[in-house]
Amino acid sequence: MAADTETIGRGLKERIEESALLVVLLVVVAVLSVVPLARLVVEAFAPGGQVSLEAFRSVLGNATTWTATRNSLLVALGGTALAALLGSAVALIVALTDIRARNAFVFLFVMPLMIAPQVVALAWLTMFGPASALLHLLGIAPPPGSRNPLYSAGGIVLLLGVQYAPLVFLALRAGLRALPGELIEAGFAGGGGRWRVLRRIVLPLMTPPLVAGVALAFVSCLGNFGIPAFLGIPSGYLVLPTLIYQRLAGLGTSVLAEVSVLSILVGVIAIAGIRLQDAMLKRRDFRVVSVSNLAAPFELGRWRLPVEIVLWSLVVVMILLPMFALALTSLVPAVGVKLSAANATVENFRFVLFDHDAARRAFRNSLGLSIVAATAIALFAVPLAYFLVWRRSRLLRAVAFFSELPYAIPGVVVAIAAILLFLKPLPIVGFSLYNTVWIILFGYLARFLVLGLRPVVSGFHQLDRTLEEAAQITGASLVRRLRTVILPLVAPAAAAGALLIFLTAFNELTISALLWSSGAETLGVVLFSFQQGGDATYAAALAMLTIVLSVVLMSSTLLFAGRVSRGVIPWRD
Amino acid sequence: MAGLTVEHLVKSFGSFRALDDVSLAVGDGEFVAILGASGCGKTTLLRQIAGFDRPDGGRIVIGDAVVSAPDRHVPPERRRIGIVFQSYALWPHMTVAENVGYGLDSAGVREPERSRRITDALALVRLDGFADRRPALLSGGQRQRVALARCLVTEPSLVLLDEPLANLDVHLRAGMEDQFAQFHARTRTTMIYITHDQAEAMALADRIAVMDQGRVLQFAAPSTLYREPADATVARFIGEGMVVPVTVRKNEGDAHCDVDLFGVPMRMRCAPGQRQGPASAVLRSGDLVPATGNAGGLDAVVTRTVYKGGHFRIEARLAAGVPEAQDLLLHLEVAEPSTLAAGQALRIAVHDGWVLPT
Repeated sequence: MAADTETIGRGLKERIEESALLVVLLVVVAVLSVVPLARLVVEAFAPGGQVSLEAFRSVLGNATTWTATRNSLLVALGGTALAALLGSAVALIVALTDIRARNAFVFLFVMPLMIAPQVVALAWLTMFGPASALLHLLGIAPPPGSRNPLYSAGGIVLLLGVQYAPLVFLALRAGLRALPGELIEAGFAGGGGRWRVLRRIVLPLMTPPLVAGVALAFVSCLGNFGIPAFLGIPSGYLVLPTLIYQRLAGLGTSVLAEVSVLSILVGVIAIAGIRLQDAMLKRRDFRVVSVSNLAAPFELGRWRLPVEIVLWSLVVVMILLPMFALALTSLVPAVGVKLSAANATVENFRFVLFDHDAARRAFRNSLGLSIVAATAIALFAVPLAYFLVWRRSRLLRAVAFFSELPYAIPGVVVAIAAILLFLKPLPIVGFSLYNTVWIILFGYLARFLVLGLRPVVSGFHQLDRTLEEAAQITGASLVRRLRTVILPLVAPAAAAGALLIFLTAFNELTISALLWSSGAETLGVVLFSFQQGGDATYAAALAMLTIVLSVVLMSSTLLFAGRVSRGVIPWRD
Repeated sequence: MAGLTVEHLVKSFGSFRALDDVSLAVGDGEFVAILGASGCGKTTLLRQIAGFDRPDGGRIVIGDAVVSAPDRHVPPERRRIGIVFQSYALWPHMTVAENVGYGLDSAGVREPERSRRITDALALVRLDGFADRRPALLSGGQRQRVALARCLVTEPSLVLLDEPLANLDVHLRAGMEDQFAQFHARTRTTMIYITHDQAEAMALADRIAVMDQGRVLQFAAPSTLYREPADATVARFIGEGMVVPVTVRKNEGDAHCDVDLFGVPMRMRCAPGQRQGPASAVLRSGDLVPATGNAGGLDAVVTRTVYKGGHFRIEARLAAGVPEAQDLLLHLEVAEPSTLAAGQALRIAVHDGWVLPT
């Protein structure tokens, strides 16, 4: 009987331990997602605690708001259309045909996602401008003083398309990989030709991943800050995120109520996009019955070489040439000087690495922020995914939704919410996060949580639950099971998630552009200020350094790629 | 060691009743098999006993502790039972010794006892010398034995085995069956063995619970199941019994009844309280033989002969004139050589049968 009492006592202790863990997870997700967004809504409707629609009236009555909204919709729809076209064409070819060197191609094609929009924007700007070192080398540079053609709505649409085509590509590729080969074979057996099978079978079945990818691309285009900031601000073409940035940068925190309203406006458009996706998918049944053997690749035959040439020309023009132009610019001794073998210099690199105080701090800050965010989220994601996947409940479904929310809505919204939450010193401790690097960390944790969570969730789906149950039955408590059995088994997935977070955070601009302060600069912010200040050569050197680091890290993951589920590392075929 | 009592257990998934009023009483040290086709509820039952799921109603008692009841749920980690999973569920990142020692760490067993018990457990399943291997480097049979050692090292009061041989090659199974039997004889641990394979269940278990559609149809010793099935489902499932309509004329009182089988009078085994009137009986292929000479029997026509190596399986349909027997297919074994062929007439003598209790 004594043993029984002891057993019950230990059982109680563990139940408390389990509940405590769940409460911690709930509180963290609430603090990262529910609390800041609720605070944002409160500010819009009741600035300073007084219920008032004044902020709404003033924002909605301002013509600039509607111009920016129209511009936002225009470039987001244009960018999404381009991304959808490019991403789906490439996904169909890569996933369904027998082209060669797929890994190398995919690595390059998804690179824009990993090296950040503002770096892509900068690279394209240096390729086309009158000061383009590349065009000078080729002797086809436009005359000095002529306008860079990318400073336009068309330029923004083009770069948004390049930037987010990989999102559509990744979503569609994942869908195509789950498509059973029999469905395609049955199509051929039924006498259909290739185009007919593609049009009548493959494309209709691929509606859900395609629509999901397109919706994701739309939300990303809408919330993008780097590209319209680099291409739009110089020409006065404002979209909602850059309008929010300009208001806040110009007028400070006195306009918080107004920018809250603007944030809600852009957030509502984003959510409308997502809802539209759900509505489109509800109407038909797209379920695939069995998942057996994969479809055998379509043999392209004599068309293989021409198709390969088209694909590679695409990445050469989209990725390699702009980066080459950027590399050349980073070697130019001073803005406006023509590059030659004699005057090429590494002075710009030396300057940004050692002489420029803000840049030096930014390296330290960005490195620290991304390491801390990646590690913290990866460790947090393991117990959270455990509950989400293996302990389903209505409460946990809500938790899953709120973990996704800060990533689904534009980054500026999260940033404004963070400012509102931390403008005043924290209660009790009396310490203010505002104007410190910590508020940026908060923004990163909120926004990138789901990047770390998704791979771990898919890792759990692949894990045989009996591995945990075998530990449970020996008497191991939940915490011990997590530490000794589950963590080691999902570690590769958690590491992949951590790496995605690291790369994204290291090159991040949207959140830090609104949350940075002197001493708390990030690489994105310094790059932005070089660009705005006309220091194109320093900007190029800084961008080249981040590209090199990103590429090295992306390549290093190929070492453990075999240990995580396919598709977790996006740049691997 | 402890007995297991399951009382009126109910578990539904949506509108599907996975367990429908299941009751079992397993004695201390008994080896019980839960036998049924996939989807019959046997795995659901195991998960309730282990505590991975909460039943919707009923009670589970292990030893003298109530572990599941409407107002009580002892979590799996506190039930002190062992499980061998169908997939073995060995932790791939741990060595064999670490796998086996994990439960000892949970129980707070310290060195040097910990090492001694790991060594003993591995010796018990004849895996001495494998302590430092990783599961990935072991064969299926070896993994199975590691899983068994891991389950036994903590000396659980009750061991659940979930189709432990289903993933093994046929030739390995017989050897593992022997090991389970020997192991049970040595430790006298109460064992619940889930399986869909009746040969396995018959070979190993003291008693077998036959499950179908979430219910326990019969819980009895293997020979009782075979000789005296409780109903037609069990009769058909166990040993491919042929269920035939009979009319009971008289209960002789000596465990036999006089019955009428398609108009042929004969003696069959029956329950003591068997009443007169229409009933069903089960026939085993071993009790049917081709009649010789003028002996009485059932007139039938051979529909198919299948060579089984050393003997033929003969399938036959009763000859015309017996309306209720038109769908009935009898089968019997005839030793080699045999000249029987499809279409040939055959008189079948029935030597034994069991009247299903009504």
